[in-house]
Amino acid sequence: MINISNLTSKRIKEYLAKGKRFDGRKLDEFREIKIECGISKKAEGSAEVQIGKTKVLVGVKMLVVEPYDDSPDKGNLMVTAEVTPMSHPKYELGPPKFLAIELGRLVDRGIRESGYIDFDKLCIKAGEKVWGVFIDVYSINDDGNLLDASFIGALAALKSAKMPVYDAKEEKINYDKKGTKPIPLTKNLPINFNVYKAGEVIFLDPSIEEETASEGKLTVGIIPEKPIRICSMQKGDTMEISPEKFGEMLDLIEKKHKTFIGEINNKIDKAIKELK
Amino acid sequence: MTDKEKREIVIPGEVVATGSEHLPGDNTIRQKDNILAQRYGIVEKSGKLVKIIPLSGIFAPRRGNVIIAQVSDITFNGWLADIGIANNSFLPVADVPKYLDKNNLAEFLDIGDFFTAKIKSVKSKGIDLTLEGRGLGRLDGGMTFIINPNKVPRVIGKEGSMIKIIKDETDCRITVGQNGLVWIKGDKIENEIKARKAIEFVTKKTLINGLTNKVQEFLRGVGG
Repeated sequence: MINISNLTSKRIKEYLAKGKRFDGRKLDEFREIKIECGISKKAEGSAEVQIGKTKVLVGVKMLVVEPYDDSPDKGNLMVTAEVTPMSHPKYELGPPKFLAIELGRLVDRGIRESGYIDFDKLCIKAGEKVWGVFIDVYSINDDGNLLDASFIGALAALKSAKMPVYDAKEEKINYDKKGTKPIPLTKNLPINFNVYKAGEVIFLDPSIEEETASEGKLTVGIIPEKPIRICSMQKGDTMEISPEKFGEMLDLIEKKHKTFIGEINNKIDKAIKELK
Repeated sequence: MTDKEKREIVIPGEVVATGSEHLPGDNTIRQKDNILAQRYGIVEKSGKLVKIIPLSGIFAPRRGNVIIAQVSDITFNGWLADIGIANNSFLPVADVPKYLDKNNLAEFLDIGDFFTAKIKSVKSKGIDLTLEGRGLGRLDGGMTFIINPNKVPRVIGKEGSMIKIIKDETDCRITVGQNGLVWIKGDKIENEIKARKAIEFVTKKTLINGLTNKVQEFLRGVGG
C-alpha cells in the first residue's frame, strides 16, 4: 500500500503556510456535515455522520449490568471503536490498533468527563444493578477527521436513543415493549475539537492527506458555558507545542465553538425530528 | 467511436456477442456459441474482435507498462519498490543506465522516494523494473496522488489528447503511471491543484461522450 507521498506532504505544508488548502477551504472551515439518526433498528439509538467523504456509524446499546465497585450507585459507560478495512486500505483486520483504541478513548473521555450522561439516574439498585451504556463506533470511510465525526455521531446517537423497558419483577429487560424514555442527559452538552498542527500552521477538519502531512493534534473537549469549561484534553502523536502555539490553539477553539456547536445541535435535532 | 454508438456496459457472465463470426478478446470467454464477459466494463468491438475495457478492479501489470513506484527497501544490488499491488517489484542496479556508487545506493534512490520505471518482466516470483527508457528516473518535487488504475486510459485519452489539454492549460509536467499513480509538477502550486482537479474530474465522468471539450471548459472555468 503506497502511502500519501512525502512529495505531496511537502506541497500541502507549503500551501498551508500560505494559509490556503487544496480544497479551497479556510484553515478553520469544516467540510459539509450530514447527520442521520435511526440507522439501526436493533440499537437503542444510532447515527450516521458524514464530514465530506468521511463516514462513520455510531450505535448506542443499553444493558443491565453490575456496577463497578468504586461507583456502586452509578451507571456505566463503555465506548469501543472499530476502524474497518473498508474505510481505507491502510487499515487491516484484527485486534484494534493504536488509532482505534485512541478513537474510543477520546470519545469516551469527552462524554464521561463532561457529565453529559446523568449516571446517577441510571442506577436501578445500588450495588447490584445499573444501566450500562455501550457506544460503538464503526468507520465506513476515512477521508480524514474520523475523530470529530465519531464524537458528533456519539452525541447524535445518545440524544436519539430510547431506553429499553426494565421489568423489575422478572429482573431483566423486556424487549417486547418499546421504550419511550430517553437516556437521562444533563445540560452539559460537550463538543470535541481536534486542532491539527503542520509546521507552524494550525487548522481544523483535515482531509486524509492533510492528516498524514500534519505532525500531530490536540484534542480538547469543551462545554460551551460562559466562560468555556474545558472538560478533557489530549495531545496526540509525537509533536511538541510551544506555550504560544498552545494558546493559539485554544483561541481558535474559543473563536470557532459558538457557530459550530449551534450548527451541530440544529443538525442533530433535525435528524431526530425526521426520525419520528 | 461516434456519438451514435452506445457505450454498452456489461457485468461478468453477460452475453456480449452471439455467433461464430465474433472472436473473444481481452476479458471475454467463449462458451459454445456465445461470448461472455469476464469483467465489469465497457464492450468494444473492432472488426471481429470483441473485448472489454474494465471499469473496476486492481492494476494488472504487463511488460512495457510505465508505472510510478515508491522505494520500500534497498538491497546490495538494487531497490525493492511498491507499485500498489500484492506482488513484489525489484529494480536491479544493472538496469539503471547511469554510473552509480554501489556502496551508497541511497544517494540515487532513498527509501520513500518516488520514481518512474518500465516493467521489464512479470514472473510468478515478482516483477522486474528497468529505468532504460526516455524520461524514467527519480521524481523530484511536485505532488503525487492515486486514481483508479482502470481510468488511466481515459485520463491519457486517444493518443494522449486528454493529458495534452490538461498539460497545455495548466503549464504542468504530468506523468500518469499505468498503476494509477499520477505525478504533477508545475511552477505554482495553484496550477498543480488545477491539474489534479481536472484529472479527478475525468476519472469521475469517464462515461460521458465528448469529454475532452468538457475538460477544456472545466479548466477554463476553474482558472476564472
